[in-house]
Amino acid sequence: MNLTGKFTLQNWPDRPEIATQEGKNKLIGLWLFLGGETVLFATLFATYLALKNRVPDSSHPLTQDLYSLPLVFAMTAVLLTSSLTSVYAIYHMRNYNFKAMQAWFAITVLLGFTFLCLEIYEFFHYVTDFGHTFRSSAFGSAYYFLVGTHGAHVIFGLGWITGLLIRNAKRGLNLYNAPKYYCASLYWHFIDVVWVFIFSVVYLMGMV
Amino acid sequence: MAKDIQYRLKKNREEMRIQFISFGLMAFLTIISFLAVGLGFPASFVIPFLLLLAIIQVLFQFYYFMHAKDEGHEFPMSFMYGGIFTAFLMILAFCTIIWW
Repeated sequence: MNLTGKFTLQNWPDRPEIATQEGKNKLIGLWLFLGGETVLFATLFATYLALKNRVPDSSHPLTQDLYSLPLVFAMTAVLLTSSLTSVYAIYHMRNYNFKAMQAWFAITVLLGFTFLCLEIYEFFHYVTDFGHTFRSSAFGSAYYFLVGTHGAHVIFGLGWITGLLIRNAKRGLNLYNAPKYYCASLYWHFIDVVWVFIFSVVYLMGMV
Repeated sequence: MAKDIQYRLKKNREEMRIQFISFGLMAFLTIISFLAVGLGFPASFVIPFLLLLAIIQVLFQFYYFMHAKDEGHEFPMSFMYGGIFTAFLMILAFCTIIWW
Protein backbone atom coordinates (compact mmCIF):
# COMPACT_ATOMS: atom_id res chain seq x y z
CA MET A 1 0.00 0.00 0.00
CA ASN A 2 1.33 3.43 -0.91
CA LEU A 3 0.95 5.34 2.36
CA THR A 4 1.66 8.83 1.07
CA GLY A 5 -0.21 8.51 -2.24
CA LYS A 6 -3.37 10.36 -3.16
CA PHE A 7 -6.50 8.98 -1.57
CA THR A 8 -10.18 9.52 -2.29
CA LEU A 9 -13.18 8.84 -0.10
CA GLN A 10 -13.60 5.55 -2.03
CA ASN A 11 -10.24 4.00 -1.05
CA TRP A 12 -9.84 5.79 2.29
CA PRO A 13 -10.06 3.16 5.08
CA ASP A 14 -12.83 3.22 7.65
CA ARG A 15 -10.39 3.73 10.52
CA PRO A 16 -7.34 5.37 8.91
CA GLU A 17 -5.45 5.72 12.21
CA ILE A 18 -5.04 1.93 12.55
CA ALA A 19 -4.99 0.95 8.86
CA THR A 20 -1.20 0.47 8.98
CA GLN A 21 1.01 -1.50 11.37
CA GLU A 22 2.81 1.74 12.23
CA GLY A 23 -0.49 3.37 13.15
CA LYS A 24 -1.45 0.43 15.39
CA ASN A 25 1.93 0.57 17.15
CA LYS A 26 1.65 4.33 17.64
CA LEU A 27 -1.77 3.93 19.22
CA ILE A 28 -0.54 1.28 21.70
CA GLY A 29 2.57 3.36 22.46
CA LEU A 30 0.59 6.53 23.10
CA TRP A 31 -1.86 4.78 25.43
CA LEU A 32 1.05 3.23 27.36
CA PHE A 33 2.52 6.74 27.67
CA LEU A 34 -0.83 8.08 28.94
CA GLY A 35 -0.91 5.30 31.57
CA GLY A 36 2.50 6.55 32.76
CA GLU A 37 1.26 10.16 32.71
CA THR A 38 -1.61 9.12 34.97
CA VAL A 39 0.94 7.97 37.57
CA LEU A 40 2.96 11.19 37.13
CA PHE A 41 -0.09 13.34 37.81
CA ALA A 42 -1.12 11.07 40.72
CA THR A 43 2.16 11.84 42.51
CA LEU A 44 1.53 15.57 42.05
CA PHE A 45 -2.10 15.32 43.20
CA ALA A 46 -1.01 13.30 46.25
CA THR A 47 1.63 15.91 47.13
CA TYR A 48 -0.90 18.72 46.71
CA LEU A 49 -3.49 16.97 48.91
CA ALA A 50 -0.88 16.33 51.62
CA LEU A 51 0.45 19.92 51.55
CA LYS A 52 -2.81 21.80 50.89
CA ASN A 53 -3.06 24.91 53.10
CA ARG A 54 0.26 24.10 54.84
CA VAL A 55 1.64 27.62 55.31
CA PRO A 56 4.17 29.03 57.81
CA ASP A 57 1.91 31.69 59.36
CA SER A 58 -1.47 33.39 58.99
CA SER A 59 -0.13 36.11 56.63
CA HIS A 60 -0.16 33.56 53.78
CA PRO A 61 -3.30 33.15 51.65
CA LEU A 62 -5.21 29.83 51.79
CA THR A 63 -7.33 28.12 49.10
CA GLN A 64 -10.46 30.03 50.21
CA ASP A 65 -8.71 33.42 49.75
CA LEU A 66 -7.17 32.60 46.37
CA TYR A 67 -9.56 30.72 44.10
CA SER A 68 -12.49 32.32 42.31
CA LEU A 69 -15.36 30.36 40.72
CA PRO A 70 -15.90 32.52 37.57
CA LEU A 71 -12.27 32.31 36.38
CA VAL A 72 -12.04 28.54 36.93
CA PHE A 73 -15.41 28.09 35.21
CA ALA A 74 -14.21 30.06 32.17
CA MET A 75 -11.02 27.96 31.97
CA THR A 76 -13.02 24.72 32.28
CA ALA A 77 -15.53 25.78 29.60
CA VAL A 78 -12.75 26.70 27.15
CA LEU A 79 -10.81 23.45 27.67
CA LEU A 80 -13.90 21.20 27.51
CA THR A 81 -14.99 22.90 24.25
CA SER A 82 -11.50 22.40 22.80
CA SER A 83 -11.93 18.68 23.51
CA LEU A 84 -15.15 18.68 21.43
CA THR A 85 -13.50 20.57 18.54
CA SER A 86 -10.74 17.95 18.32
CA VAL A 87 -13.46 15.25 18.18
CA TYR A 88 -14.91 17.15 15.17
CA ALA A 89 -11.43 17.16 13.60
CA ILE A 90 -11.16 13.36 13.90
CA TYR A 91 -14.71 13.01 12.52
CA HIS A 92 -13.61 14.89 9.38
CA MET A 93 -10.41 12.84 9.22
CA ARG A 94 -12.48 9.65 8.98
CA ASN A 95 -14.55 11.25 6.20
CA TYR A 96 -11.35 12.21 4.34
CA ASN A 97 -12.11 15.94 4.57
CA PHE A 98 -8.64 17.42 5.03
CA LYS A 99 -9.61 21.11 5.03
CA ALA A 100 -12.32 20.68 7.66
CA MET A 101 -9.95 18.60 9.82
CA GLN A 102 -7.24 21.29 9.67
CA ALA A 103 -9.84 23.99 10.48
CA TRP A 104 -11.18 22.16 13.55
CA PHE A 105 -7.66 21.46 14.82
CA ALA A 106 -6.84 25.15 14.33
CA ILE A 107 -9.90 26.07 16.45
CA THR A 108 -8.68 23.56 19.08
CA VAL A 109 -5.30 25.32 19.14
CA LEU A 110 -6.98 28.74 19.52
CA LEU A 111 -9.10 27.50 22.44
CA GLY A 112 -6.04 25.88 24.04
CA PHE A 113 -4.17 29.15 23.68
CA THR A 114 -7.07 31.04 25.32
CA PHE A 115 -6.91 28.58 28.23
CA LEU A 116 -3.18 29.18 28.56
CA CYS A 117 -3.65 32.97 28.63
CA LEU A 118 -6.27 32.63 31.40
CA GLU A 119 -3.88 30.41 33.40
CA ILE A 120 -1.00 32.88 33.00
CA TYR A 121 -3.32 35.69 34.18
CA GLU A 122 -4.35 33.53 37.16
CA PHE A 123 -0.76 32.83 38.26
CA PHE A 124 0.18 36.51 37.76
CA HIS A 125 -2.80 37.57 39.89
CA TYR A 126 -1.83 35.18 42.73
CA VAL A 127 1.82 36.25 42.70
CA THR A 128 1.27 40.02 42.51
CA ASP A 129 -1.92 40.43 44.60
CA PHE A 130 -1.45 37.70 47.21
CA GLY A 131 2.30 37.04 47.30
CA HIS A 132 1.45 33.36 46.69
CA THR A 133 4.56 32.07 44.91
CA PHE A 134 6.34 28.77 44.27
CA ARG A 135 8.69 29.49 47.19
CA SER A 136 6.35 31.20 49.66
CA SER A 137 5.04 28.00 51.32
CA ALA A 138 4.77 24.22 50.95
CA PHE A 139 1.20 24.84 49.74
CA GLY A 140 2.51 27.23 47.04
CA SER A 141 5.13 24.73 45.82
CA ALA A 142 2.62 21.88 45.61
CA TYR A 143 -0.03 24.07 43.91
CA TYR A 144 2.23 25.54 41.21
CA PHE A 145 3.94 22.22 40.56
CA LEU A 146 0.62 20.42 39.95
CA VAL A 147 -1.21 23.12 37.97
CA GLY A 148 2.02 24.23 36.25
CA THR A 149 2.78 20.69 35.04
CA HIS A 150 -0.70 20.59 33.51
CA GLY A 151 -0.05 24.00 31.90
CA ALA A 152 3.25 22.68 30.50
CA HIS A 153 1.31 19.79 28.94
CA VAL A 154 -1.05 22.31 27.32
CA ILE A 155 1.96 24.19 25.86
CA PHE A 156 3.42 20.93 24.55
CA GLY A 157 0.06 19.88 23.06
CA LEU A 158 -0.33 23.26 21.33
CA GLY A 159 3.17 22.93 19.84
CA TRP A 160 2.44 19.35 18.73
CA ILE A 161 -0.84 20.14 16.95
CA THR A 162 0.49 23.39 15.44
CA GLY A 163 3.53 21.48 14.14
CA LEU A 164 1.27 18.89 12.46
CA LEU A 165 -0.95 21.60 10.94
CA ILE A 166 2.02 23.44 9.41
CA ARG A 167 4.02 20.38 8.32
CA ASN A 168 1.07 18.74 6.56
CA ALA A 169 -0.61 21.88 5.17
CA LYS A 170 0.56 21.16 1.59
CA ARG A 171 0.78 17.37 1.88
CA GLY A 172 -2.87 16.66 2.44
CA LEU A 173 -4.20 13.68 4.37
CA ASN A 174 -2.71 10.22 3.89
CA LEU A 175 -2.16 7.02 5.84
CA TYR A 176 1.28 8.24 6.93
CA ASN A 177 0.04 11.30 8.82
CA ALA A 178 -3.46 10.19 9.87
CA PRO A 179 -2.11 8.26 12.95
CA LYS A 180 -0.06 11.35 13.89
CA TYR A 181 -3.17 13.53 13.99
CA TYR A 182 -5.10 10.86 15.88
CA CYS A 183 -2.36 10.53 18.57
CA ALA A 184 -2.23 14.32 19.00
CA SER A 185 -6.00 14.38 19.55
CA LEU A 186 -5.79 11.55 22.14
CA TYR A 187 -3.08 13.50 24.00
CA TRP A 188 -5.29 16.61 23.91
CA HIS A 189 -8.22 14.68 25.42
CA PHE A 190 -5.93 13.41 28.17
CA ILE A 191 -5.04 17.02 29.06
CA ASP A 192 -8.76 17.61 29.53
CA VAL A 193 -9.08 14.45 31.68
CA VAL A 194 -6.39 15.80 34.02
CA TRP A 195 -8.12 19.20 34.10
CA VAL A 196 -11.40 17.57 35.21
CA PHE A 197 -9.60 16.38 38.34
CA ILE A 198 -7.77 19.69 38.80
CA PHE A 199 -10.95 21.75 38.74
CA SER A 200 -12.78 19.27 40.98
CA VAL A 201 -10.06 18.39 43.50
CA VAL A 202 -7.96 21.57 43.59
CA TYR A 203 -10.37 24.42 42.88
CA LEU A 204 -13.88 23.27 43.82
CA MET A 205 -12.80 21.29 46.89
CA GLY A 206 -10.60 24.23 47.87
CA MET A 207 -13.68 26.46 47.96
CA VAL A 208 -16.00 24.13 49.91
CA MET B 1 -21.92 7.87 -4.82
CA ALA B 2 -21.57 4.19 -3.96
CA LYS B 3 -23.90 2.74 -1.37
CA ASP B 4 -21.15 1.64 1.04
CA ILE B 5 -19.69 5.17 1.09
CA GLN B 6 -23.10 6.61 1.89
CA TYR B 7 -23.47 4.04 4.65
CA ARG B 8 -20.08 4.96 6.08
CA LEU B 9 -20.79 8.69 6.07
CA LYS B 10 -24.10 8.03 7.77
CA LYS B 11 -22.41 5.82 10.39
CA ASN B 12 -19.78 8.51 11.10
CA ARG B 13 -22.48 11.19 11.34
CA GLU B 14 -24.40 9.02 13.80
CA GLU B 15 -21.26 8.56 15.91
CA MET B 16 -20.61 12.34 15.85
CA ARG B 17 -24.16 12.90 17.11
CA ILE B 18 -23.47 10.58 20.08
CA GLN B 19 -20.18 12.42 20.73
CA PHE B 20 -22.05 15.72 20.77
CA ILE B 21 -24.60 14.33 23.25
CA SER B 22 -21.76 13.15 25.52
CA PHE B 23 -20.27 16.65 25.31
CA GLY B 24 -23.65 18.06 26.39
CA LEU B 25 -23.77 15.66 29.34
CA MET B 26 -20.21 16.54 30.37
CA ALA B 27 -20.99 20.27 30.20
CA PHE B 28 -24.12 19.63 32.30
CA LEU B 29 -22.14 17.67 34.94
CA THR B 30 -19.53 20.46 35.06
CA ILE B 31 -22.21 23.10 35.66
CA ILE B 32 -23.81 20.93 38.38
CA SER B 33 -20.48 20.59 40.21
CA PHE B 34 -19.84 24.35 40.08
CA LEU B 35 -23.40 24.98 41.31
CA ALA B 36 -22.96 22.52 44.21
CA VAL B 37 -19.99 24.58 45.41
CA GLY B 38 -21.47 28.00 44.55
CA LEU B 39 -24.73 27.33 46.41
CA GLY B 40 -22.80 26.37 49.55
CA PHE B 41 -23.93 22.81 50.27
CA PRO B 42 -22.16 21.13 53.24
CA ALA B 43 -18.66 19.74 52.58
CA SER B 44 -19.64 16.22 53.68
CA PHE B 45 -22.05 16.12 50.70
CA VAL B 46 -20.13 18.18 48.14
CA ILE B 47 -16.76 16.34 48.27
CA PRO B 48 -18.02 12.82 47.44
CA PHE B 49 -20.48 14.37 44.94
CA LEU B 50 -17.67 16.22 43.10
CA LEU B 51 -15.53 13.06 42.96
CA LEU B 52 -18.42 11.03 41.55
CA LEU B 53 -19.17 13.63 38.83
CA ALA B 54 -15.45 13.87 37.96
CA ILE B 55 -15.22 10.08 37.52
CA ILE B 56 -18.32 10.02 35.27
CA GLN B 57 -16.88 12.85 33.14
CA VAL B 58 -13.55 11.06 32.77
CA LEU B 59 -15.30 7.85 31.69
CA PHE B 60 -17.13 9.84 28.99
CA GLN B 61 -13.77 11.25 27.83
CA PHE B 62 -12.14 7.81 27.71
CA TYR B 63 -14.94 5.78 26.15
CA TYR B 64 -16.51 8.33 23.78
CA PHE B 65 -14.03 11.13 23.02
CA MET B 66 -10.97 8.86 23.06
CA HIS B 67 -12.89 6.02 21.33
CA ALA B 68 -12.05 3.40 24.00
CA LYS B 69 -15.47 1.84 23.39
CA ASP B 70 -14.34 0.84 19.86
CA GLU B 71 -12.96 -2.66 19.34
CA GLY B 72 -9.24 -3.26 19.93
CA HIS B 73 -9.00 -1.01 22.99
CA GLU B 74 -8.78 -3.77 25.63
CA PHE B 75 -4.98 -3.63 25.75
CA PRO B 76 -4.72 0.21 25.87
CA MET B 77 -7.37 0.37 28.59
CA SER B 78 -5.43 -2.18 30.68
CA PHE B 79 -2.57 0.37 30.72
CA MET B 80 -4.95 3.10 31.82
CA TYR B 81 -6.55 1.02 34.57
CA GLY B 82 -3.07 -0.02 35.75
CA GLY B 83 -2.14 3.66 35.93
CA ILE B 84 -5.39 4.54 37.71
CA PHE B 85 -4.83 1.76 40.29
CA THR B 86 -1.30 3.04 41.03
CA ALA B 87 -2.70 6.58 41.21
CA PHE B 88 -5.31 5.47 43.74
CA LEU B 89 -2.69 3.78 45.96
CA MET B 90 -0.42 6.83 45.80
CA ILE B 91 -3.14 9.28 46.81
CA LEU B 92 -4.40 6.95 49.54
CA ALA B 93 -0.88 6.69 50.99
CA PHE B 94 -0.23 10.44 50.94
CA CYS B 95 -3.61 11.27 52.47
CA THR B 96 -3.64 8.65 55.23
CA ILE B 97 -0.31 7.19 56.37
CA ILE B 98 1.82 10.31 55.85
CA TRP B 99 1.50 12.90 58.61
CA TRP B 100 3.33 16.16 59.25
